[in-house]
Amino acid sequence: MAESPPSLFARLSVALDLFRRVLFDPHFAAAASELRAGWSSDRAGTPRPGLKEAEPNAALQLLGVLQRDGRFIDFLEENVTAYSDSEVGTAARVVHEGCRKALRQHFTIESVRPEPEGAPITLDQGFDASAMRPTGKVVGEPPFNGRLTHKGWRVTSVRLPQIAAGHDLSILAPAEVEL
Amino acid sequence: MSDALYAVGIDLGTTHCALSYVDLGRSSGDEIAQDLMRVPQLTAPGAVEALPLLPSFLYLPHPDEFAAGDLTLPWDRAPQMVLGKMARSVGARTPIRLVSSAKSWLCHPGVDRRAPILPLGAAEDEVPRLSPYEATVRYLAHLRDAWNHLHPDADLASQEVTVTVPASFDPAARELTAEAAQAVGFAHLVLLEEPQAALYSWIHESAGEWRNQVRVGDVILVIDVGGGTTDLSLIAVTEREGALELTRVAVGDHILLGGDNMDLALAHVVKGKLTAEGKSLDPWQVQALTHGCRHAKETLLMDDTLEAVPVVVPSRGTRLIGGSIRTELTREEVRRTLVEGFFPEVPASARPAARSRAALTKLGLPYAQDPAVTRHLAAFLGMQTGATADLAGFTPGSTGTFLHPTAVLFNGGVFKAGLLAERMHQVVNDWLASDGAPTARLLEGADLDLAVARGAAYYGHVRRGGGVRIRGGTARSYYVGVESAMPAVPGLEPPIQALCLAPFGMEEGTDADIPPQEFGLVVGEPVRFRFFGSSVRREDQVGALLEECSPDELEELEEIQATLPAEARAPGEVIPVRLRASVTEVGTLRLEAMPRTGSEHWKVELNVRDSAGD
Repeated sequence: MAESPPSLFARLSVALDLFRRVLFDPHFAAAASELRAGWSSDRAGTPRPGLKEAEPNAALQLLGVLQRDGRFIDFLEENVTAYSDSEVGTAARVVHEGCRKALRQHFTIESVRPEPEGAPITLDQGFDASAMRPTGKVVGEPPFNGRLTHKGWRVTSVRLPQIAAGHDLSILAPAEVEL
Repeated sequence: MSDALYAVGIDLGTTHCALSYVDLGRSSGDEIAQDLMRVPQLTAPGAVEALPLLPSFLYLPHPDEFAAGDLTLPWDRAPQMVLGKMARSVGARTPIRLVSSAKSWLCHPGVDRRAPILPLGAAEDEVPRLSPYEATVRYLAHLRDAWNHLHPDADLASQEVTVTVPASFDPAARELTAEAAQAVGFAHLVLLEEPQAALYSWIHESAGEWRNQVRVGDVILVIDVGGGTTDLSLIAVTEREGALELTRVAVGDHILLGGDNMDLALAHVVKGKLTAEGKSLDPWQVQALTHGCRHAKETLLMDDTLEAVPVVVPSRGTRLIGGSIRTELTREEVRRTLVEGFFPEVPASARPAARSRAALTKLGLPYAQDPAVTRHLAAFLGMQTGATADLAGFTPGSTGTFLHPTAVLFNGGVFKAGLLAERMHQVVNDWLASDGAPTARLLEGADLDLAVARGAAYYGHVRRGGGVRIRGGTARSYYVGVESAMPAVPGLEPPIQALCLAPFGMEEGTDADIPPQEFGLVVGEPVRFRFFGSSVRREDQVGALLEECSPDELEELEEIQATLPAEARAPGEVIPVRLRASVTEVGTLRLEAMPRTGSEHWKVELNVRDSAGD
């Protein structure tokens, strides 16, 4: 992720632009002043915003729940090509019923847009780009007019189980031995 | 009254427990601040979740069965047993360590309820066992610990706690429930009958509107079909000084018949189909099939357009696609098995098939022999024709062949299936029509799963003067068996007379009169008496002697036992005593033996230990 520092020419261009905007734009000046004040501590301590590793525990926990309630891992680890569609369909019912129940128990999920798919949609200036994704002919300035192709999903609450300290989450399902 | 902050209602169900509470400081009149406690419990090894219900299952793990720390609860690092959802799922694989239906055992007169008999069939030296009483204590202790964990400032022991019991619970089972609640520390405890709790919940949900939905002369029939039991009650609407009043006038017999029987019946139908195809199932698969059938049934009963729903029994191994068995449950099978099997259209004169009392029966729960809820209801209404005879505003000596309810309130998860509630309602209305009586309307709006816990919490508020109270007192009169004084005839048992100790409708916190008859108690030796109850003899007063009584009227309960301590008396001496009945503030029946002179009295035990178990 190493970025090479900009050239002298580029730095001169930035400096002149900043000088002009600090002088004529009071809001920009205030922001620049804030940046300058935080700059030294920023450099010394916290890393710059960027990428971070996702915490694996919640993911393992969810996989364990989906396996327990919906046989999720069993299903994905099995070779489906060896079976007919009706046999796969039979097993899919177990997975669907169980995983759906687990999903509803642990998450509240609703669609991002309430409109039916296919409905005309307008994306205004400053729309939330993480919740709304323009696709296709993405040119010009908002407002963008288009049709809803997928209404999106949003989690509004998460209720994962508490985990006992020391519990081994990497075991998604223990091996069972009938005595 | 206590300085409690909350009125707490605990539904101690056969298959599920629930706890609801009213914040007393923020409630007055019809304005109630009420909530449901989500109960933290293990849902899998190492995972704790707070769920609205605590399944009434208890698992006794082997010391090496789970990794250290995997049974940790928020309030206990190393519990010795598992309760709730995980107990149920782990117990499906290892049933010899699973305690279930402890509540039904608590009301089983054939066993010593304090003896470690559960899990049933477990080898004594291999698996630790619990008594039905101890299991009840454990469920209550879990709820107490959960509450105290979530409310560190308001110890449950000092709140106003209402624990519900089936209306049909006998005095011994009520006393055991109260004792269990006191054992976990509840200082301000009352018992409430579940159908009454359901009606309280309905009153509460109506937010004052209930006064417009019932009128004087109404008889409300509460039909409560839970996971394990069917509980029936009749509540009359009366008037006092211009205000509506509710009086519980009758309760039904203890019927072990509920939703679990229905799911099992469906599973057997489907299992039969699989067997016909040459596919056999092991016990774990039958359990999975029962689960699948329950889901399929709910889907079918919710969607009228479906004719059949697939049921899949998953394989136990990882080969899910290759190893699973598919079949289906059809609408016709559900209709035939559930609607016609459990709620058949029968005339009002129908009666349940009688249980045959074989001399050598295997030890087990006395499940209802007849699965037809409608026949049990017909018997109840047919027996209670005189239930409202003494009440003002009711036609005395009803001309019908059964007591005519004017309104019906359903409770219990079974009635979430609209089809079953409709059938039940229609059968009652058919009976009424054949007697020329108007149809009974439906009281709607109560939550079928949580109404009992909610109603129980609301009752705590009502007891503090916050609303209308259901009156009624004890729903039975009680009698002790007396051998009649006649010359002994060889080979014949002396005939027994029944002496009334407690009249019908005794309110909490009252004493009955003392009958003049005396009994000889031997100092230092337990003396047993036969004990009877009647749910129809409303007019008997204390001291009444019944010469002959049909078993329809008088039901024999478990024997009771009095033991006079040998303090200051010579063992073997015979002391004449009289028996006094009272109903405690908690709501349990209490019997005492009192000598002719002096102020001493001794408690007569309702829960007699089996002599074989001593």
